Amino acid sequence: MRKKRWLECLLLVGLVILGGWAYQTRQVNKANMTITAVGSTALQPLVEAAGEDYATHRLGTFINVQGGGSGTGLSQVQEGAVDIGNADVFAEEQKGIKADRLKDHRVAVVGITPIVNPATGIAHLTTAQLIDVFTGKVHNWSQVGGKNQKIVILNRAQGSGTRATFERFGLKNHRSIAAQEQDSSGMVRQIVATTPGSISYVGFSYVDKSVRAVSLNGVQPINQNVENNQWPIWSYEHMYTGKHPQQLAQQFIKYVQSRKIQNTLVRRLGYISMADMEVTRDGQGKVHKLEVSHE
Amino acid sequence: MNNKLQKQLLKRSKASKLERFGKTISFLALMLITVTVFAIIIFVASKGLSTFFSNHVNVIDFLTGKDWNPNVTNSKGQPEVGALPMISGSFVVTILSALLATPFAIGTAIFMNEISPHRGAKILQPVIELLVGIPSVVYGFIGLTVVVPAIRSVFGGSGFGILAGTFVLFVMILPTVTSMSVDALRSVPRYYREAALALGATQWQTIYKVVLRAATPGMLTAIVFGMARAFGEALAVQMVIGNAALLPTSLVSPASTLTSVLTTGIGNTVMGSLQNNALWSLALVLLIMSLIFNLVIRLIGRKGAMSK
Repeated sequence: MRKKRWLECLLLVGLVILGGWAYQTRQVNKANMTITAVGSTALQPLVEAAGEDYATHRLGTFINVQGGGSGTGLSQVQEGAVDIGNADVFAEEQKGIKADRLKDHRVAVVGITPIVNPATGIAHLTTAQLIDVFTGKVHNWSQVGGKNQKIVILNRAQGSGTRATFERFGLKNHRSIAAQEQDSSGMVRQIVATTPGSISYVGFSYVDKSVRAVSLNGVQPINQNVENNQWPIWSYEHMYTGKHPQQLAQQFIKYVQSRKIQNTLVRRLGYISMADMEVTRDGQGKVHKLEVSHE
Repeated sequence: MNNKLQKQLLKRSKASKLERFGKTISFLALMLITVTVFAIIIFVASKGLSTFFSNHVNVIDFLTGKDWNPNVTNSKGQPEVGALPMISGSFVVTILSALLATPFAIGTAIFMNEISPHRGAKILQPVIELLVGIPSVVYGFIGLTVVVPAIRSVFGGSGFGILAGTFVLFVMILPTVTSMSVDALRSVPRYYREAALALGATQWQTIYKVVLRAATPGMLTAIVFGMARAFGEALAVQMVIGNAALLPTSLVSPASTLTSVLTTGIGNTVMGSLQNNALWSLALVLLIMSLIFNLVIRLIGRKGAMSK
């Protein structure tokens, strides 16, 4: 009996200590020192790196970055559950989001390119050929100038920002036929590298020697061509906030947009800096030339 | 004096206090679990049914439609949310993997329990327990790096598909089915075997005609249990099946299951939108299926108990 009492006491004390610890370390909004950014996995590496950088400069602040997908990011920031929602798409393009309640902050640009298995013998395609391939009009690479191999299409998941951008600007709003879907770019690259006859699409930073990036209408998929819109398949990386974001969120986004981050982290992680863009594009897909050339 | 005794007798003893305390605690635990289960069912149902009630999708169209494209509306102005490819994909991989796993599981169980109980307990038991403990993502990863390329080089195509999913699930449910079959065999009374042997039956005749017959309900429960696990498995299947929302046409063409569409899609949709609700409807189908699996297990158990 004595022993059991001891155990009970120990358990109680343990619970009290745990509770106290949880209370001490609970998420406090004192002086708004913590913000949470949720959403796009394509943008996550940049926000994470910038967040760490920011926290070392402003001690006591903490930027909590999580993935979850563009849809999650937008819906969470719309509900006010998080401070920043990261997305690869304009809020207007996402169903169920009221874009006028959100404030758009563009922090980088990502170019997207079709990739094929090198053994297909394909290096160039026209837009019409690309559309034929993805809508199932042609079934063999020999029909578009490649080897005699069956075409295997690989898509990103429904609702992925990369897929939306590719179908909109690469396939001119044609929808890809139902095919294999993968939920990450790394996985897509690995499968394209190992599957004969496969084609898919990834951000520029994912292209390596194991797959071949296809040039479109004679334009190479490189950053310079995105900057003047000769390469049309690119998207902004957005950080959305509510209409009246709290101060730290505002300052952090400003920091990500600052020349320091744009010139270092953004480029190092394979994104295209906003400062390098010679054009802008709005949610409707209209492109405008920027008057001021960058320094 | 009398008064004191009366007081002592009427007062609750320490033991009865303790008993009351224990009863309350276990009742509270039970309540908590019951409430949780019902909360989950109600939540999934309310989310999943809103596809039909607030988005006005026809239930029949949902269950029999062949096109899964929640972002697109078809000619009738209805969103394309046909779940048949996923439902059939789930059923095909589940049934195939159960068919594949059952002979191996029963064979192993017979060896462990009837033919060589000593070695079985010493070697096979730990091996099976180890297999149960391996996380599903590891199975998926092995499937992706070993099974998929192997199928690709043998059958051509991309290697992703129902066959790869079946192989991965086979390995995953094998330990579950095996260990439950062992339990079923173990629960066959010893005198059944003794009586059969005394009548002059060989060991194989005893196993085949007596032990297996007596253990049939338990074995069936084991198989259904394995199927329930295969039906609900998400990660490992998603990695190898290819996730194409197409009706399965061959074993080596990409297909999808309810779980694989759920895991790839949920992060890209917005809470409350049709796209999100449609995914919840898939979750509801999964939940209903697992309830049915549970009912079947119950039924088999009851029937088995009656025939004894």
